[in-house]
Amino acid sequence: MPLIKETDYGTPAIASEKTISLMIDGMTMEVPEGTSIMRAAALAGITVPKLCATDSLNAFGSCRLCLVEIEGRAGTPASCTTPVAPGMVVATETERLKKLRRGIMELYVSDFPRDILTAPANGNCEFHDMAGAVGLREVRYGYDGATHLNAKKDESNPYFTFDASRCIVCSRCVRACEDIQGTYALTIAGRGFASQVATGGTDFFASECVSCGACVQACPTGALIEKSVIAAGQPEHSVITTCAYCGVGCNFKAEMRGEEVVRMVPYKDGKANHGHSCVKGRFAWGYAMHRERILKPMLREKITDPWREVSWEEAIGRVASEFKRIQARYGRFSVGGITSSRCTNEETYLVQQLVRAGFGNNNVDTCARVCHSPTGYGLKATFGTSAGTQDFDSIDHADVMLVIGANPTDAHPVFASAMKRRLRAGAKLIVVDPRRIDLVRTPHVAATYHLALQPGTNVAIVNALAHVVVTENLVNEAFVRDHCEWDAFQDWASFIARPENSPEAVAKVAGVPAALIRDAARLYATGGNAAIYYGLGVTEHSQGTTTVIAIANLAMATGNIGRPGVGVNPLRGQNNVQGSCDMGSFPHELPDYRHISDPAVRRIYEDIWGVKLDAEPGLRIPNMIDAAMDGSFKGLYIQGEDIIQSDPDTQHMIAGISAMECVVVQDLFLNETANYAHIFLPGSSFLEKDGTFTNAERRVNRVRRVMRPKNGYADWEITQLIAQALGYPMHYAHPSEIMDEIARTTPSFAGISYDLLDRVGSVQWPCDANAPLGTPVMHIGGFARGRGHFMITEYVPTEEKSGPRFPLLLTTGRILSQYNVGAQTRHTENSLWHEEDRLEIHPHDAEQRGIRDGDWVKLESRSGATALRALITDRVATGVVYTTFHHPDTQANVVTTEFSDWATNCPEYKVTAVQVSRSNGPTEWQETYRQHAEQSRRVLAAE
Amino acid sequence: MPPEKLTMMANQISRFFAHLGPEHAPEEIADHLRKFWDPRMRRDIIAYVAAGGGGLDPLAAAAVARLAAETRVP
Repeated sequence: MPLIKETDYGTPAIASEKTISLMIDGMTMEVPEGTSIMRAAALAGITVPKLCATDSLNAFGSCRLCLVEIEGRAGTPASCTTPVAPGMVVATETERLKKLRRGIMELYVSDFPRDILTAPANGNCEFHDMAGAVGLREVRYGYDGATHLNAKKDESNPYFTFDASRCIVCSRCVRACEDIQGTYALTIAGRGFASQVATGGTDFFASECVSCGACVQACPTGALIEKSVIAAGQPEHSVITTCAYCGVGCNFKAEMRGEEVVRMVPYKDGKANHGHSCVKGRFAWGYAMHRERILKPMLREKITDPWREVSWEEAIGRVASEFKRIQARYGRFSVGGITSSRCTNEETYLVQQLVRAGFGNNNVDTCARVCHSPTGYGLKATFGTSAGTQDFDSIDHADVMLVIGANPTDAHPVFASAMKRRLRAGAKLIVVDPRRIDLVRTPHVAATYHLALQPGTNVAIVNALAHVVVTENLVNEAFVRDHCEWDAFQDWASFIARPENSPEAVAKVAGVPAALIRDAARLYATGGNAAIYYGLGVTEHSQGTTTVIAIANLAMATGNIGRPGVGVNPLRGQNNVQGSCDMGSFPHELPDYRHISDPAVRRIYEDIWGVKLDAEPGLRIPNMIDAAMDGSFKGLYIQGEDIIQSDPDTQHMIAGISAMECVVVQDLFLNETANYAHIFLPGSSFLEKDGTFTNAERRVNRVRRVMRPKNGYADWEITQLIAQALGYPMHYAHPSEIMDEIARTTPSFAGISYDLLDRVGSVQWPCDANAPLGTPVMHIGGFARGRGHFMITEYVPTEEKSGPRFPLLLTTGRILSQYNVGAQTRHTENSLWHEEDRLEIHPHDAEQRGIRDGDWVKLESRSGATALRALITDRVATGVVYTTFHHPDTQANVVTTEFSDWATNCPEYKVTAVQVSRSNGPTEWQETYRQHAEQSRRVLAAE
Repeated sequence: MPPEKLTMMANQISRFFAHLGPEHAPEEIADHLRKFWDPRMRRDIIAYVAAGGGGLDPLAAAAVARLAAETRVP
């Protein structure tokens, strides 16, 4: 595919039903009212020269290159800032305009480097293009006098350079930072000749810049340019694919030279990201080429042995012989597999097929176990579908956002930018979170209410919000009567109206003033379209499922379901959490969330796979570990997950996995789990395979191979080799064939094919005969289950309580530059922003313990202890501490406990009673763990 | 599986369905265990109760009794 260059219409599209007729360069046209002359011309195929305009930004009118003449009007107005008018007659090319443009361009060029052969932007530079477009043939001004040619380069950012000598101060970067990203890190400092792009008195790296890349993308001159382009040269072809980081699912153009990625550029037609990106997707893809990546299969007899590189044939043969041996000795149910939310739909589908059909049991689970499994249970029980209700664009119609237990600016940055745009346009924000997340107060955005609750009291708070709705007659009774089970609603309303659910009662347990809860509830119920967005701060609790149900109750009671601007929206952590759940990765469900005990559903797969399926649910990940401890579970195939780092109570996890006789890890790197593995199968990156990811809005996006797998096989091929070696026939020639089988067997995917995705870009399931192009907003006119089901949500305090020994509550989360266990981002320059996990502690709690900022502190719970450095901040309340879990050196999960959600066993990461004390450095356990990891990663030299 | 963990998990499930009362809650709890617990987990908690193990709240105990009755060989 050649290099894809999207058309730039100069100014944004205008949504207006009224059209205006005008003539440009002799062509008559009709465009929506409010459209600029520049855009109208571009729509007709006429390119008006421009520099400061681009259609992702509102018109600015500074460069004066886009001048036009309009009959009956004096002067030469800028076409970017002049809207069309009825009967207008416009000329874009006249002798006067040509002369003016050449003069303007000549002035620009007079203060611009003329290194025409060596400039890194050569071949892809709007500035050079415009010099050509206006016919500039000479520059009459010399370099005598003051210029900006010797301006200093800012190379502080690891991913891009700012060369001020090439800056024409068009403000596109500043406006992109403000209007698209919403960070306001850039400004134009100085006046007149001294005007320059500035980052607040420091360099790019030390500034507020979040490295989203919007400024680089907006720059027309190459002043801001990717270092990878400087190093590799301009790309020559591009492939549209989907980011492998968070659940937003941004589309990118992988811009290539041969099989080398030159850069990843966000795709303007990407329906989830609309041309925007974050530091991870835009820049942090170098892990795929990192020198520590393992490219050859490896074996060892015992986990204390060094690794030995072997052929694929030997490695796959060993997997098969070991799993056969274990099943022969310990029984059919003694082995299992884990699918990955980082892999494609097709790959997760194959792993669950391998387990169910090849292993002959249902011991398959996925990393969604430890994040959004409560969402699956809670939304299915209430709405009938285990998924969020809206598309991302729904946010543009929201009047109120209720953000509970999510930190979008760090974990879902591109969607956070869309949220911030809507908030700047006047929508109101309620944040429910123990921490003061960035959204609470960020440039030009402030939450109306921040309910800084005690960790573990989500159910109490959401019940209290609903209490206000019910007792203050704010229920949308018409909606409830039309769409929900009335009897169940009445039972729920009676329950929720009880005094123990009142804000006044809840204030005592949650630590949030009753008046604040009441005000927030009134705003949610009466503020117009109200949308709920939630994350792992909701699900990762012993009552995670109950909170999801409580949220669904609240949305139904207020009628905030079934139209744009409202809904219940789980923000999925990893790129394919939704998809891995959809594809039957849970031990009790086949694809499309159909229970394994249903004989009719089993028969669909039995007919295709040619085997009898077991009707009983299998083990979930924590159950696998417990079963390993009691000796009934001995073999595990793990594709793309690092359970030793990501799962709770590390020492228990290590004990369990060490008790197994064959652990197979398939990953890009020797991760923490591989330290306890017997077979390592090198995995492939998202750049090396075809497939699909399904994002948090149920959008099925294509992943396209841009290079051959560096390890030799795509992950789906490796699973297939294992199946064949076990004697189970699995012979797909291409992932499109897997998707075709998914479509044949999965009702909500019935209409999806690679052909459709290639034609329309992406679709949101359900995609079937009733919705051939997918379903952006669900439950319009009725719920998937028929009528919405209210459920009683009694608040039950967690067993994990603070006390004299462990007086603080720890909650964990993410940071912008890192991702999950860090396997990908730690192998990129992103670590420059976050080299280590830090413990956030309130100044009061720090002072009581004699802790200063940057001190090493010991973080201890009843499960274990680790040490890390302290970050003193009032972002956390007194009594609460917070850390991330991105770095294995910290291994934050050595502290978290075995408590989990009642319905799904999703771990209670968000509440751990801890003590914090000053320390001299890493704990003895950390030192031992580090030494073990180093020993475990030894690889024998090839013979 | 450790009986104390299974007991804790069953009691958690029981708390969610407790509002249904002794007439309906045991069946809902038992249904949850059937749908989400691997057979060895169900076997272990049945065996634990049969051996006189305590700690289950009354609704969870009633649910386990139902499971035990289903798995009894006729």
